[in-house]
Amino acid sequence: MSAALHRRDVVKALLLERGDALVVAGLGSTAWDCTAAGDSPLTFPLWGAMGAAAMVGLGLALAQPARRVLVITGDGEMLMGLGSLATIAVQQPPNLAIAVIDNERYGETGMQTTHTAAGVDLAAVAIGCGFSTACVVREPEDLEPARRKLLGGAGPVLAQIKVVAENLSLVLPPHDGPVLRDRFRQALLGS
Amino acid sequence: MSAIDWPGEIFRALHGEAVRIVGYVPDAGHKRLIELCQADRDMRSVVLTTEEEGIGLAAGAWLGGVRSVLLMQSSGVGNCINILGMTRECRLPLLILVTMRGEEGEFNPWQVPMGQATATVLEAMDVNVHRVLAAEEAGAAVRAAVRRAYAGNSAHAILIAQRLIGIKSFQQQAAQ
Repeated sequence: MSAALHRRDVVKALLLERGDALVVAGLGSTAWDCTAAGDSPLTFPLWGAMGAAAMVGLGLALAQPARRVLVITGDGEMLMGLGSLATIAVQQPPNLAIAVIDNERYGETGMQTTHTAAGVDLAAVAIGCGFSTACVVREPEDLEPARRKLLGGAGPVLAQIKVVAENLSLVLPPHDGPVLRDRFRQALLGS
Repeated sequence: MSAIDWPGEIFRALHGEAVRIVGYVPDAGHKRLIELCQADRDMRSVVLTTEEEGIGLAAGAWLGGVRSVLLMQSSGVGNCINILGMTRECRLPLLILVTMRGEEGEFNPWQVPMGQATATVLEAMDVNVHRVLAAEEAGAAVRAAVRRAYAGNSAHAILIAQRLIGIKSFQQQAAQ
């Protein structure tokens, strides 16, 4: 079944009313999507560390229990850190949500198919681990309910959002690590 | 086994230095320290499926303003390598306490290769390596490493010698 949603529209919709949410963007396309939606000091884009996005989100969520933490990452990145879904579920952070932008491809390396193209259901894995809420979004009308859960539902929440596999222009965030670290901590902590 | 309560000394050093999140993959050598952390109301213990998860956890915690520590066995160091690239490139503070296997007293030969490579692997990724060879050194070494990590945005690992742990057989490990 071909997807109807486009990743840049989805990520823009997720971030449009982010409020004071803290965002971790997984490496590659999701980092570019977040930047295309509007760069923010409270978005921490990963340029590497594949598989770590959800765990960076967990660390943030535990450190900042009063803030919403939204991880926006790709299906390949999430698959590399599949165990972290179990780790997150054990902690039950009520303020953590993960949006998996699922094009069923490794988009940065030549669009090779990922496990989700063969039917691996990340939302089912999340529920099996003990997430409070998880869903697969296929249709445009299902995006808004998922967006509300991601930004306000009792966590941990995961939404696996099926999107068209497409090659888009690169919209790159800053890449200097200490700059990304300092601007984030400055905006959040004032130090 | 040493008469000095070195896990207790490490716990007091961590607590005193405001370390509040403890990520771990269990190891027999860390058993008592894990229990002390789990029992403490100020600390959040996070059991991991693999050690590399802890590097992400520590990064996120520090972005959120909280100090953390990772506990693992030497075999787990190998699981962390690529993610340590983020720690170095972002100059994030990091403290790992490694209980060593594959050293004097090892009963499982499959522990030897990673035990022998542990320091080399950490140093290759720019993690400062400190060795604790005697129980009385443990508390001060941990206190100093926390301070250096968080004052200077640097990564540190303390390798705790297998002879401190003192387990000599599978049977002893299982009975611990």
